[in-house]
Amino acid sequence: MSVLALRNLVVSYGAIRALHGISLEVPAGRIVTLIGANGAGKTTALRTISGILKPASGSISFQGENIAGLAAHKIVARGIAHAPEGRMVFSNLTVLENLRMGAYLRRDRAGIADDIARVRSIFPRLAEREKQPAGTLSGGEQQMLAIGRALMSRPRCLLLDEPSLGIAPILIRTIFDKIVEINRELGLSILLVEQNANLALAISHFGYVIESGRILLADTPDALRENPSVRAAYLGG
Amino acid sequence: MIEFLQQLVNGLSQGAIYALIALGYTMVFGVLRFINFAHGDIYMIGAFAGFYSAPKLLALAGGGPSFAGAALVLVAAMALCAAAGVLIERVCYRPLRAQPRLTVLIAAIGVSLLLENGGQFAFGADPQAFPEIIADSAIDLPASWGEFSLLTITVGQVIVLGSTAVLLLALRAVVLHTRTGMAMRALSLNPLAASLMGVNTDAVVSFTFAVGSAMAGAAGILTAIQQPSIDPLMGINAGLKAFVAAVLGGIGNIPGAALGGVLIGILEALVVGYISPTYRDPIVFAVLIVVLLVRPSGLLGKPEREKV
Ligand SMILES: Nc1ncnc2c1ncn2[C@@H]1O[C@H](COP(=O)(O)OP(=O)(O)OP(=O)(O)O)[C@@H](O)[C@H]1O
Ligand SMILES: [Mg+2]
Repeated sequence: MSVLALRNLVVSYGAIRALHGISLEVPAGRIVTLIGANGAGKTTALRTISGILKPASGSISFQGENIAGLAAHKIVARGIAHAPEGRMVFSNLTVLENLRMGAYLRRDRAGIADDIARVRSIFPRLAEREKQPAGTLSGGEQQMLAIGRALMSRPRCLLLDEPSLGIAPILIRTIFDKIVEINRELGLSILLVEQNANLALAISHFGYVIESGRILLADTPDALRENPSVRAAYLGG
Repeated sequence: MIEFLQQLVNGLSQGAIYALIALGYTMVFGVLRFINFAHGDIYMIGAFAGFYSAPKLLALAGGGPSFAGAALVLVAAMALCAAAGVLIERVCYRPLRAQPRLTVLIAAIGVSLLLENGGQFAFGADPQAFPEIIADSAIDLPASWGEFSLLTITVGQVIVLGSTAVLLLALRAVVLHTRTGMAMRALSLNPLAASLMGVNTDAVVSFTFAVGSAMAGAAGILTAIQQPSIDPLMGINAGLKAFVAAVLGGIGNIPGAALGGVLIGILEALVVGYISPTYRDPIVFAVLIVVLLVRPSGLLGKPEREKV
C-alpha cells in the first residue's frame, strides 16, 4: 500500500511546463529516490506535493486522499514534511527555535519535548549547538537541522530535496546514514531527491529517473545501477 | 540644562507617536517586503474614529473627560484601525501578492490617496477640534526637586509615554512569546520555509496588518490628546516621519522602529528648540541620508545574508 502516489502530475511555471505528467509511488516505510540532472523537475515535484506549487492537472494521493492543490499548511497538518533544497533554516533563530518551528502545528507540549529529545539523539551535533543561531552552523549541520526540523511535525512521509547539496563529503556520509536510521527506526516513508545518484541508490528501496519533466525509468536500485543509460548519465560511466 | 531636558521630554512624547506608527511600516515590511504607503492614513483614521466615538464613549464612562473614557476611545480607535488595516490588505494587496512588488506599491499609493480624499469628503477638509477626552494640564513638579521643578510635563505627555510603553511591551511579548509571533518571525526570515512548517501565511499577514494598524490608531488618539486639531491629511507628514524612523532603525526590525521613532522625535525637538523650526524637516532627512550611507541596513537592522 502506497503512502504517497502521484498520477499524471502536470505542473507549469506560467507558460513554461516543468512536469509533463509524472507518476510515482512511495510504499509505506520505504525510501524511494527520484534522481535526475539539473533542471529535470525534481524540486518542482516536491514543491507540488507539499502545496507550494499548484498542479495544472493530475492527482497526489496521500494515505488514500487526494491532496493536490491544498494549501501548504494543510498538507503539513496531514503528515507530509519537507526538508527543502538549500536547507532554508531560519538563520536568525536558534537551533532550538528552528526545531520548535518544525512543531508549529502541534499543541502537545510533552510530545514536542520527546521529539526534541529524539532529534538530539539522532543528531548530537545539533544538541551541542542548540543555543546558536542557525545561520552560524556549517552547511552539513544546517542540513541536519533541516531534517530534524522536518521530523518535528511527526510526519508520516518525509520529502528530502538534495540533502547532499554543497556539503562536505564526510558529513554527507553521516547524513545518509541518519536518513537510513530515521527510515528504519521511525518507519517513516521517505521520498529522496538527489543529483548524486550513487549515494541515493545505495540507501533506497526503489528509484525513479526523471528527465526534462518526464519519468524515464522506474526500477529497483540494483537494476538502475546496471542500466547502461543510467550509468552513462548519472553514475559517471 | 533645564531647557535641554524640556526639549528631550517634548521630543520623547512626539517620538513615541512616530515609534507607534513606524511599527506598522516595519512589521508589514518584515512579512511582505513591501512598504504600505497607506499606513500613515490609518493613523488619521484612528484620530477620526476617536473624534466621532468620543462623545458616546465618554458618556458611557460617566460623562466628561476621564481616564476610563480615554481608554475606551483608545481601544475603539485601535479596533477600528485594525479592522481597516485587515480589510485594506485583503481587498487591495492580497490579490496582487503574486505580482511584481512595484504593482502592490502603486496600489498602496492609490489606497493612500483614496483615504486622504475620501477623508476630506467624509469628514470635511477643515481641521476639526478633537474633543477633550482627558483633562490635560501641566503637572507641577515638587519644589524640592530644585531646578527640575521648572520642567513642564503635561498629563497628556505622561499618558502618551505610558501608553506607548505599555503597547511596546505588549507587542514585544506577542512577537517573542506567542505562536503567532513566532510565525511572524519565521515568515519574515523565509516565507517558503515558514509555509513548510505549517504557517498559514494569509492569516499571519492579516494579523500583522491588524496589529500594525492598531498601533497607528493608538498613535492617532495619543496625538489628538496633545494637539487637539485633526484633519484628513494629518497622516501624510506623520506617516513620512514614521517611515523615516522605521528606515533609520532598520526596516523590518521592531525594536529598531521604536528606537528610530524616539530618535527622530528628539532630533526634531532639538532642532526646533536650538536652531529653527524651518530646519526641522531638512535636518531629519539629512540625518536619514547620512545614516543610510554609513549603515545601509539602519541602526539595528542586520544586513541580509543567507548562508548557501
Ligand atoms: N520559479 C520558476 N519560474 C520558472 N521556471 C522555473 C522556476 N523554477 C524552476 N523552473 C524551471 O523548471 C524546471 C525544473 O526545475 P526544478 O527546480 O524543479 O529542477 P531540479 O530537478 O530540482 O533541478 P536542480 O537539480 O538544479 O535542483 C527547470 O527547467 C527550471 O528552469
Ligand atoms: Mg532542485
